Formats: sequence, C-alpha cells, structure tokens
Amino acid sequence: MATSTPPAKLELRPPPYPLDALEPHMSQNTMSFHWGKHHRAYVDNLNKQIVGTELQGKSLEDVMIRTYNKGDLLPPFNNAAQVWNHDFFWDSMKPGGGGKPSGELLKAIERDFGSFEKFSEEFRSAAATQFGSGWAWLVYTVNPRPSDGKELLVLKTPNAVNPLVLGYTALLTIDVWEHAYYLDYQNRRPDYISIFMEKLVSWDAVSAKLEVAKSRVA
Amino acid sequence: MATATATTSSAVPATAFLRRQGANGGANRSLRWARNQHQRWSPRRSGAAVITAKFDLKPPPYPQDALEPHMSQNTMSFHWGKHHRAYVDNLNKQIVGTELQGKSLEDVMIRTYNKGDLLPPFNNAAQVWNHDFFWDSMKPGGGGKPSGELLKAIERDFGSFEKFSEEFRSAAATQFGSGWAWLVYTVNPRPSDGKELLVLKTPNAVNPLVLGYTALLTIDVWEHAYYLDYQNRRPDYISIFMEKLVSWDAVSAKLEVAKSRVA
Repeated sequence: MATSTPPAKLELRPPPYPLDALEPHMSQNTMSFHWGKHHRAYVDNLNKQIVGTELQGKSLEDVMIRTYNKGDLLPPFNNAAQVWNHDFFWDSMKPGGGGKPSGELLKAIERDFGSFEKFSEEFRSAAATQFGSGWAWLVYTVNPRPSDGKELLVLKTPNAVNPLVLGYTALLTIDVWEHAYYLDYQNRRPDYISIFMEKLVSWDAVSAKLEVAKSRVA
Repeated sequence: MATATATTSSAVPATAFLRRQGANGGANRSLRWARNQHQRWSPRRSGAAVITAKFDLKPPPYPQDALEPHMSQNTMSFHWGKHHRAYVDNLNKQIVGTELQGKSLEDVMIRTYNKGDLLPPFNNAAQVWNHDFFWDSMKPGGGGKPSGELLKAIERDFGSFEKFSEEFRSAAATQFGSGWAWLVYTVNPRPSDGKELLVLKTPNAVNPLVLGYTALLTIDVWEHAYYLDYQNRRPDYISIFMEKLVSWDAVSAKLEVAKSRVA
C-alpha cells in the first residue's frame, strides 16, 4: 500500500469553505482571527518546536500522540493538538448546516442516546459546562467498549486535549475556547452552541467519519 | 472583597453608585455601574422576616469607562456586568440552603478548593474573588513603576523591576488556555532561596490564596478579558496592562498588610 511521506513542515489547511461562508452564524471577522491568527499560530509555533528534533517529518497525529505522553504533556503537545482540533472543527461545520442526521448515524444516535433530542441536550450541556477553555465531542468507541455496550459517547475535554489521545475516534467537535465565539456572541456561550447545532454542524461529515470508523473495526 | 450581607426578602431597590461628573456637571450620560444590590433590612408587616445571606457583586473602584482606551467600557460592560455578575449569581444559587451559606467568600473558596479535589461551588467562588482582586489591581492612569518598599522588595527578589516585569509578562503570556498570572508574597512556607515575592500562573479559577500564598497583583488572561479589545494579541494586552493599568498603589498597600501580619 502506497503511503505518502509526511511533510517536513506542517501546513495551515484552510477550511473547506470560504471565510464568509458561515455568516451570519459564525462571522467572517471571527474566521479571520480564529483561522487566520489562532490556527495559523499553532501551526507556526509547532513547526518551530519540532524542527531539528525526531518529531520533524512525523505525521500530525503521530506528533500529537507522542507528545501527549500518557498525560505528562511534552511542550509541542498543545500546539500539535490545537492544529488537529481546529482542522477537525472546520470539518465539523458547513454552510447551510444544522438540522438532523439521517441513516446509520441517526440510528446509532437513537440507539445510544434514546433520541436525537437527548443526544443534542447532552452535547449542548457538555459544551456549556466545560469550564475554562476546551472542546465538546461526539466520539465512537469500540476498544475499549464501555460496559453498557454503547458505541457513541459525548465527551468534554480541557484546553488542547482531544479524544484521539484518549483512545477514541472523534466524529464531531465544537470549540468552546472563548476565542471561538466571543466576537459574535460575547459571554453568551449557550447561544453560540444552539446556533452551532441549528445552523452549522455538518452531519454529512459526521456520517462519513462514522462510516470510516466502523469500516476499520469490520 | 465581596462579603455576605444579610437581606430581607422585601428589599429596597438599587442606588446609583460612582456617578461620574462630566464637563456639564453631570448632565452627560452618567457611566454608572448598574447595581441591583445594596438591599437594606426593613421589617415586614406580617410574619417573620426571612434572612438570606447572599454575596453581592462589587463594582470596581472606578467608572466603567475609566480605563479607556486601554480596557474599553465595552469590555468592562461584559466582563464585570455579565461574567463577574454570573459568577456571583451562580455561586449564590449553589450555596443557598447549604452549610456554606453565610460564610465569607474566602472561607467558601478554601473549603470548596478541598485540597485540589474541587467541589462544585469552587469555580464560581474563586472567580468572584479573582475578579474583585483584578479590578483592584488596576486604576485609571495606572502603569509605570512601583516605589518605596515594594520596589525594594522587587529589586531584591527579581534583581530589577525590568526582570520582574519580564517574568510576569511571560507567565501571563504562557498560561495556556484560561487562567491568571500573579505577583504573590510568601513567608510560610518560605521558598528555599529566601525570596518573599514570586510570580505564579494559575489555570482557570485557581488562585494563590488556595495554594497558601498572599496575592499582591493579578492579570486576568481568560480570553474574555481581552478579546473584544485585542483579539488574539494577548502580549499586547499584557504590555498595555503593565504600562497603563496596573495600580502599584494597590499592590504596595497589599504588601504592607501582608508584612504587618507576619511581624
């Protein structure tokens, strides 16, 4: 199987839509700072940290897991994980997003949460109650399988931590660092979360990730 | 610091506070801190008065626009009016009817810090305390250099004011995620190198008090503290804080109190 060599320098990947495409729910102004400054700085600072070390040339996920170091974080972790998290966040949204999932994903959500509404409530609550900076996630887990047999879980993580380094497969995320919503919503994090669910979330992307995750297990 | 106040359920409504006199003798829009506390005890006509101890939201010791342009009125209206207010309101909801009700803010904070195994009210209690302390750490026309005993102590423990400033700015800039940077005074335990002043950085709501230190100065580096005015440019915010906002008077006063406790 052909594999591509990871680049010696990691690049800032743009979101899969123009910077103004999520207006008015997530403004172009916010995107210009969030992607153009914050995400870019994580990439630039990570490259500076790993140049000339044995981490250089490794994939982003590899760098991230190695520097997570079982929870005893090495310096490049925060930057590496934040690069990964933001790539994942842009992919979790799309213009004209929101609404409800369908097909296998909806079935899985209804099976593991009881209903889409109950999942939505749990996800919104995790996002609203992550104190300080962090992320809320929908994840897929098979190994280890939770004792109740569920495959889908809602998690919340602080700062740069993400489900990948905890052994899960991420399906969906929302950034709840204040920089993600402060220009558009100020202190009103719950409003931002509601708009994310109603207008931004890309269930297509989530479904695709679930399909990949299940195919790995099969 | 915020203190518990006894109130009755038949409260007297708000009074204006710190009205700023403009050029027209106050005819300008007055930039009051909207207070909805300062409730007074008044007897009820029938039945027993219901006593509830409750924390109040203390306003900063200057009007909302007094730190312009370095920290905008817009920022203060959200930071104090929404964030700080919410911490107070949510703390009150959490402790009503519990054994924490009626205790001082510092007492609630230390008890709920619970040696690092945080109980639910801690985040709110500590954030109330931290924000009270932050407003006191700043003043209109602030910045510059300290003087007197404080300057001597800084020069003794950091080598120079510039070295302290560099260390403090670096702590504030490198606190990853949400948190605070501090200048603290410590005597018990005394660090092995004999220094009395230290720079610390803390995550989220944690503060030096619960770690056993005496706080002298703080800067809030939660993004809500600077995002409307500086966006991603946290180092610029930190520089402006040091050059234009920090109240060395307040820091000196706190050092004096700390030393007098030890003597």
